[in-house]
Amino acid sequence: MVDGQRLSHLQALEAESIEILREVAASFERPVMMYSIGKDSSVLLHLARKAFYPGKIPFPLLHVNTTFKFREMIAFRDRTAEEYGFELISHTNPEGLRDGINPFDHGSSRYTDIMKTQALRQALNAGRYDAAVGGARRDEEKSRAKERVFSHRNASHAWDPKNQRPELWRVFNTRLHPGESMRVFPISNWTELDVWTYIYAEDIPIVPLYFAKPRPVVERSGTLIMVDDERLPLAPGETPRMETVRFRTLGCYPLTGAIRSTAADLPSIIMEMQASRTSEREGRLIDSDSVGSMEKKKQEGYF
Amino acid sequence: MTLAMATPDTDLDLWLEQQTGKSLLRFLTCGSVDDGKSTLIGRLLYDSQLVLDDQLASLRNESRNRSVGEEGIDFSLLVDGLSAEREQGITIDVAYRFFSTHKRKFIVADTPGHEQYTRNMATGASNADLALVLIDARKGILTQTRRHSFILSLVGVKHVVLVVNKIDLVDYDQDVFHRIVAEYRAFAEPLGFKTLQAVPVSALRGDNILRSSERTAWFNGAALVPYLESIEVAEDRVAADFRFSVQWVNRPNLDFRGFSGTVLSGEIAVGDEVLVAASRKLAVVSRIVTLDGDLDTAIAGQAVTLVLDREIDVSRGDVLARPGKVPEFSNQFQARLIWMNEEPAYPGRSYLLKLGAQVVPATITDLKFRTNVNTLENGAATKLDLNEVGTVTIATDRAIAFDPYANNPLSGGFILIDRLSNATVGAGTVSYGLRRAQNLTYQTFDVNRQVRAQMKGQDAQIVWFTGLSGSGKSTIANLLEKRLTAEGRHCYILDGDNVRHGLNKDLGFTEAARVENIRRVAEVARLMADAGLIVIVSFISPFENERRLAREIAGGVRFTEVYVDTPLSVVEQRDPKGLYKRARAGEIKNFTGIDSPFEVPEDPEIVLHGGDETPSELADRLHAWLKI
Ligand SMILES: Nc1nc2c(ncn2[C@@H]2O[C@H](COP(=O)(O)OP(=O)(O)OP(=O)(O)O)[C@@H](O)[C@H]2O)c(=O)[nH]1
Ligand SMILES: [Mg+2]
Repeated sequence: MVDGQRLSHLQALEAESIEILREVAASFERPVMMYSIGKDSSVLLHLARKAFYPGKIPFPLLHVNTTFKFREMIAFRDRTAEEYGFELISHTNPEGLRDGINPFDHGSSRYTDIMKTQALRQALNAGRYDAAVGGARRDEEKSRAKERVFSHRNASHAWDPKNQRPELWRVFNTRLHPGESMRVFPISNWTELDVWTYIYAEDIPIVPLYFAKPRPVVERSGTLIMVDDERLPLAPGETPRMETVRFRTLGCYPLTGAIRSTAADLPSIIMEMQASRTSEREGRLIDSDSVGSMEKKKQEGYF
Repeated sequence: MTLAMATPDTDLDLWLEQQTGKSLLRFLTCGSVDDGKSTLIGRLLYDSQLVLDDQLASLRNESRNRSVGEEGIDFSLLVDGLSAEREQGITIDVAYRFFSTHKRKFIVADTPGHEQYTRNMATGASNADLALVLIDARKGILTQTRRHSFILSLVGVKHVVLVVNKIDLVDYDQDVFHRIVAEYRAFAEPLGFKTLQAVPVSALRGDNILRSSERTAWFNGAALVPYLESIEVAEDRVAADFRFSVQWVNRPNLDFRGFSGTVLSGEIAVGDEVLVAASRKLAVVSRIVTLDGDLDTAIAGQAVTLVLDREIDVSRGDVLARPGKVPEFSNQFQARLIWMNEEPAYPGRSYLLKLGAQVVPATITDLKFRTNVNTLENGAATKLDLNEVGTVTIATDRAIAFDPYANNPLSGGFILIDRLSNATVGAGTVSYGLRRAQNLTYQTFDVNRQVRAQMKGQDAQIVWFTGLSGSGKSTIANLLEKRLTAEGRHCYILDGDNVRHGLNKDLGFTEAARVENIRRVAEVARLMADAGLIVIVSFISPFENERRLAREIAGGVRFTEVYVDTPLSVVEQRDPKGLYKRARAGEIKNFTGIDSPFEVPEDPEIVLHGGDETPSELADRLHAWLKI
């Protein structure tokens, strides 16, 4: 582990994240860790196992299930929960489910609001969680680059970006009033390359959708959408065709663009990423709506 | 570089090794508003090809109608990520951005220049090794330039690059550059930076950023990026004394008890003897546990779990060190404090202090002086306002372990938290411990409070009245005293009349004086209670903080907070001394309820509704409740 007398860059990042996770466990009464099943969540889970070993992770993992996640994600989630034996809570917005809210009939932003943002708020309220740990990184997006590691939320889960608490050194102010909560981002200082390099170095399991494989897709205004099940309405004359694709980020399959790629293992993914001239969030249809849309969603309680 | 750079497709493992083997430089930009900090960072990201195609497209769009360089881009938009920032064209909060060249990785914190957001600058500076201090060549050194430089020295940033920006707007004039550099060097001399390099740049046009510009042929120093790539900033944290901060006691089952935390400095090996700073208990490290297997040694920066060879009491907040090389352990120290809250800092107020994993109530006992950021001179002060820096003594409720910040930033930096709002109101760096209080162990006489009170046949205690002027505090207090005295109790009333004219006659009515007033009264009440008396205190005491302070000073003495809740409309109507009328007329300033707030008690023991019942009924009610 120790290389000479200095920690490597990844070792230093890892240690910083572990320290943050322990601070969460020690400072809050009811922490929870968001588990979105993506690569960042996989890294977060790995770090949490390290932070509390030989003990178990002292908080549950929460998955907000929009019902439109890729099937492979759900299978991976259940496998992982069983293998590591953590407590998994899955929540779906019951009203959204009852009303059959979906991205096709209700539009992506309404769907996201009801099935993700509102569902998240419901789950956090129901569990009375006072801290929610997430895998967001500052290099992902401009407004995330502004957020604290311990990011305060008022009683309605809103972020006040203009009035964040000062955060000096690694001394985190974890104090809350009743009803308020904290969002905590242990991998704030990691870059996308750090994440992939760490996954490679530590051999962390990730959802196979990250690796290229022939998959049934349709192309819509330049975006490749995978036909993961029969719920995706096909336009007249539109037929899925097999293409070798993979995903840079994972979310709801109708809203997540695939990229044409032959990168079927980690080395090829890292190589491909180095050559790429677009950002990982480009594949997320909901983020490109408008400038500042991420900040707005975060103010409403989105992760 | 002698080594050929690998590429991911020729040799991934070698390439990754080179990537992860690169050293990391954390730096920040600071300086006055609009000096071009964000533009500079945007420029750095752009020039190091980190702006990806999809981001560039939306950037071009957004840059319309803004001041742009030849590339048609307002570079500050790359970092000013909040809508409010883009609307107002200023930075509000720090942005963290990441980039790397083939020599080094960088994490840069772009901080706001606006004075209002100085605390966010301090946030960015606290984790940085180097600072770019920006200056607008047309404006020269401004107050904010000085303030930021002072904060840099306060949080221990040792390396500074003076970036004289907008050199294009002064026609690349070397005289302007040299004049600014000379003036800054003279100012910064006492701040003790290890290195101070200056470079003329145009962030907007890209001069002297990646490479030296022909337009400044007179400048023979390195361009900015080459300089950042080569400067050596690493502090050897491993060579320092061993400190381990216990964050979490790991106790999954009866057979395992480990202490999880981070090695703040130094190193530790299995078989080493360690000492708990607080209890001075010794033990030997028997295992260093990680998920990847046990380690033989752990060094500064590593997060591990230590197992000790014997059962000693260790809990969260404890600091482990080597015998003979222990941190200071005291309940008093001197520190430099930067104030971050709109509500000023007054000596006597109580806050929560967090240092490492230690959280403890603390009081600013003395404000020794305030530092003028323009002249760096120290002057007397009674309070610290937002963004001011002072030198203070701090007393904590119980002793904590710390090091002088200069020796060890991770065990010498702390924050102060307001106990009502939970806001982070101040950040401080320990200068040195004050041993005085530590050695002054309170004499525990055989004759103590209990003994004295027993002789009087009573429970010594403090009954603290709070409420608006004219709410009925004194009337009820007097009735209560009469009743108790009739029953053979020994009481004493402290109120404005007997304290203001004697003990506290040197105090006026400013906020600082009011805090001190209450502190003295509370101390006297405590002494009288120690003497065995029932002390009845009747002061408006409008602030929750002071009432809490009084309760803390009371220590183990029974303390009853009586809130006489008489509505303002009623007391204004009564106005026995005509004070409200004069306050309304503006003749009396800072009058509670009129132009100075009364903070309703959060959790008083008993509330008396002054508008509803007569003083005599209320005194009966209180008397019965107290069961004295
Ligand atoms: N001509 C010229 N203009 C510049 C240069 N650098 C910055 N500017 C302009 O100066 C203005 C302020 O730039 P910002 O980068 O927002 O300044 P800042 O220091 O980040 O400001 P705050 O963060 O709000 O303190 C913008 O209009 C820039 O285009 C430069 O080198 N030359
Ligand atoms: Mg700026």
